[in-house]
Amino acid sequence: MAKDELMNYEQALAQFEVVIGLEVHVELNTKTKMFCGCKNEFGNEPNTNVCPICIGLPGSLPAVNKRAVESSISIGLALGCQIAPTGRFARKNYFYPDLAKNFQTSQYDEPIAFEGALEVEVPSGNKFNVLIERAHMEEDAGKLTHVGGATGRIQGAEYSLVDYNRAGVPLVEIVTKPVFGAGAEAPELAAAYVRSIRDIVRALNVSDARMERGNVRCDANVSLRPHGSEKLGTRTETKNVNSLRSIERAVRYEIQRQAAILAKGGSIIQETRHWHEDRGITSSGRPKSDADDYRYFPEPDLVPVQPSIEWIESLRAALPENPAERRRRLAADWGFSELEFRDVVNAGLLDQIEETVAAGAKPQSARKWWGGELARVANAEDKDVTELSITPAQVAELASLVEGGKINDRLAREVLTYVLAGEGSPAEVVAARGLEVVSDDGALIAAIDAALASQPDVLDAIREGRMQAAGAVIGAVMKAMKGSADAARVRELLIEKANA
Amino acid sequence: MSDLIRKNASELVELLNSKQVSSVEVTQAHIDRTNAVDADVHSYLHVSPESALATAAEIDRKRAAGEPLHPLAGLPIAVKDNLTTTDAPTTSGSKILEGWVPQYDATVVAKLRAAGMPILGKTNLDEFAMGSSTEFSAFGPSHNPWDLDRIPGGSGGGSSSAVASFQAPLAIGSDTGGSIRFPAAVTGTVGTKPTYGAVSRYGLIALASSLDQIGPVSRNVLDAALLQDVIAGYDKHDSTSLPESLGSMVEAAKKMDVKGLRIGVIKELTGAGFQPGVQARFNESLTLLQNAGAEIVEVSCPSFEYAIAAYYLILPAEASSNLAKFDSVRFGLRVTPEGNPTIERVMAATREAGFGPEVKRRIILGTYALSSGYYDAYYGSAQKVRTLIQRDFDAAFAKADVLVSPTAPTTAFKLGEKLEDPLAMYLNDIATIPANLAGIPGMSIPNGLAEEDGLPVGIQLLAPAREDARLYQVGAALEKMHEDVWGKRMIDFAPELEVK
Repeated sequence: MAKDELMNYEQALAQFEVVIGLEVHVELNTKTKMFCGCKNEFGNEPNTNVCPICIGLPGSLPAVNKRAVESSISIGLALGCQIAPTGRFARKNYFYPDLAKNFQTSQYDEPIAFEGALEVEVPSGNKFNVLIERAHMEEDAGKLTHVGGATGRIQGAEYSLVDYNRAGVPLVEIVTKPVFGAGAEAPELAAAYVRSIRDIVRALNVSDARMERGNVRCDANVSLRPHGSEKLGTRTETKNVNSLRSIERAVRYEIQRQAAILAKGGSIIQETRHWHEDRGITSSGRPKSDADDYRYFPEPDLVPVQPSIEWIESLRAALPENPAERRRRLAADWGFSELEFRDVVNAGLLDQIEETVAAGAKPQSARKWWGGELARVANAEDKDVTELSITPAQVAELASLVEGGKINDRLAREVLTYVLAGEGSPAEVVAARGLEVVSDDGALIAAIDAALASQPDVLDAIREGRMQAAGAVIGAVMKAMKGSADAARVRELLIEKANA
Repeated sequence: MSDLIRKNASELVELLNSKQVSSVEVTQAHIDRTNAVDADVHSYLHVSPESALATAAEIDRKRAAGEPLHPLAGLPIAVKDNLTTTDAPTTSGSKILEGWVPQYDATVVAKLRAAGMPILGKTNLDEFAMGSSTEFSAFGPSHNPWDLDRIPGGSGGGSSSAVASFQAPLAIGSDTGGSIRFPAAVTGTVGTKPTYGAVSRYGLIALASSLDQIGPVSRNVLDAALLQDVIAGYDKHDSTSLPESLGSMVEAAKKMDVKGLRIGVIKELTGAGFQPGVQARFNESLTLLQNAGAEIVEVSCPSFEYAIAAYYLILPAEASSNLAKFDSVRFGLRVTPEGNPTIERVMAATREAGFGPEVKRRIILGTYALSSGYYDAYYGSAQKVRTLIQRDFDAAFAKADVLVSPTAPTTAFKLGEKLEDPLAMYLNDIATIPANLAGIPGMSIPNGLAEEDGLPVGIQLLAPAREDARLYQVGAALEKMHEDVWGKRMIDFAPELEVK
């Protein structure tokens, strides 16, 4: 649908209630795969981490990775789920060349975790309680590369290559119940929910949780219904939304697209849709009806997983702090304004600031550097701020250099550039490049005198108490000394001179 | 023909261990026998004389050097062609795997190699073990050494006929609904289906995962015990394998005592529908057992009436999924159709050309039984029947230590006789299927010859799960009684084959 055919967002919300549902796949960071001993590693040569089991050779059998079960239970517990005392695997049967056995070993009617809830805060500060239906274990498929087509899609490709390195990588699929009542904030809620899941699995250290690598993947279900209607509308499932920003955009797009169709009296086709980041649209994938027949049946090659109560409780005891509780604690500790704190949360900077504060920085300084210059650099380079090559300890060091007067803000930004370029820690960069502020009075007085020569009235103004006049001289000194002057000292010297 | 080949495995073991014969001699004698008779019998799909002799020579060298050896070291064996072997093709009797040489050894094969047992070759079977006669082998049927116009039983007719025609002292079989026991019955040999999980299925090309079990094929009970003790045991690669040891079958086979044992006759598996000669021999064995001090009791298993129906839902359901991996992508046959060879068309063409009629029949049945809307009525009901059959056995074993029945309703039928009548073929397994559905162990031993046709009859012994030892105890004792009555081993009544 062309952008101009979409219904205006506010109008769509005025006419329809938005219902979303989210399926998040989390790739676990276990050493080995779900059902075999092959390495679970990203980025190796294609088809090097494979064995008879994960490429489905005749006669091979799966054996469950205990660590993957443990991670799945931890995720379930962190989402407030109940853990099933006995859980079976099931086979989901369908033919696809990336699926070595032509069935996926998954869980169907007996997921390991079920009935949980997650409190999610959206940028406005509104909080939503998202109900979790289930979290279940399954294996990932291999990766297909379609060669010769225009768009990398299977349609029109000359041939396709299969890499089974990813086949059998353990996944946990977390499925929400339908989420009602988010209204205009549904897109933000979808993104915030996925961020929360990402934060939780990262805090649990059960996943690398890098969305750009597909460690956390989201399928977003969207449906609309007239306000007041009891019956759920037909939903679409948008796949391939690989960043928080695209989740938000994709949900918003689907709301506007579906609203336009429904308003014209059309009906929504139940289907999967693909999100196109470049064009900002979704396109029709394959039809997906409830009659999709995967012929699920209990996996006869595996015995049920029966975690003992002791095991579950030991995992519960080892859970890290709940991210929502942690936010409350940090908000109290740091003393930011509500708006400042929300910005920090929305920018995903909690970890960085907490570690920077732990390294000795003041909370406000940590916030200033991560939320300011570093966020700007990350944004310009299209990276996550956590991917910048600077550590919280280095940011703390930078802040202390500024606070100690060794460098000023302008120099600090310059120092950051060199730190990010790999030239060493802030102190090392300052020393190596001689970037300290000049507070040598002789050099400063010479520069002040030079500046006063063209603005002789300034001293009189200062004597009369009009301190703002000093600014022009300080500025001129800074300019002459290419920013390396200690501005505070310049001001002091200027006042001394006026009162001499 | 060399005397060596007629000897029981236990006798050959003694000769080998006392260095009266070499493994090369024993192995060569069996290779010679195969060269002489297998053109008519067609037990083997593939023979490996070079690697068998190489193993034999290696064992002889080790024995001469006084190195510690497994008791069965040097004793040659035949392996059913649905177990993976790295040094020989593994076809499972199907065109779809023709020429495929696996990248890994089945656990059982690895155990045979570790014991130093030369592998003579891979034996014929109905395609993917689907059949009771070997007539569904894509490579032509095997023949019954007692009468070459008759079937050797199936699916393991290659193993049974190899042992019955003295081409191997021992063989490995697999039993999903009687594929070890029925061939044993009609060829005058011994075959055991151990308790489900007693022997690792890793590397067994799956027919129905919840029913399949690997077991020994031999000419007497002690020999089967020797082999079961080699192949049994927990395997981390098979989650369904039993963690605990079931004890020594050899010791049980040496007890030769049935005094005080309660032998239960299954009411539903006698009388009408059983060939008169089969029934007569069965009744005689009951008298023999009673005379030896066993107590004969009658038990009733009313749910057996539904066993075949349930079996022919569960088996095809699991098989339809297990056989999905045969899609041409990673191994085996690939048929590229004319025109645009999309992956779907290549998969379809390969499966169309590669699978035989019985395999297609069962894939369609199973796919149907698992389909949404039919699952509860078919697969679900079949699982309930399975539970009822287990309860029948529980009740029966409360009254009896071992249950007995004829192994099959008839002696060996003629090749072609039931080929066009799947239901008649399926009914053959009426007595053997319940053990697979319940996971309990079963054994067929020779039970004399039927008067009307002079062909061998089998008697089936059944024991509770994990009580395989009882089968060997009663089986060996009954076998001795038969030999006393008939004056020699049952196999010695078999007519001489024409040697070429």
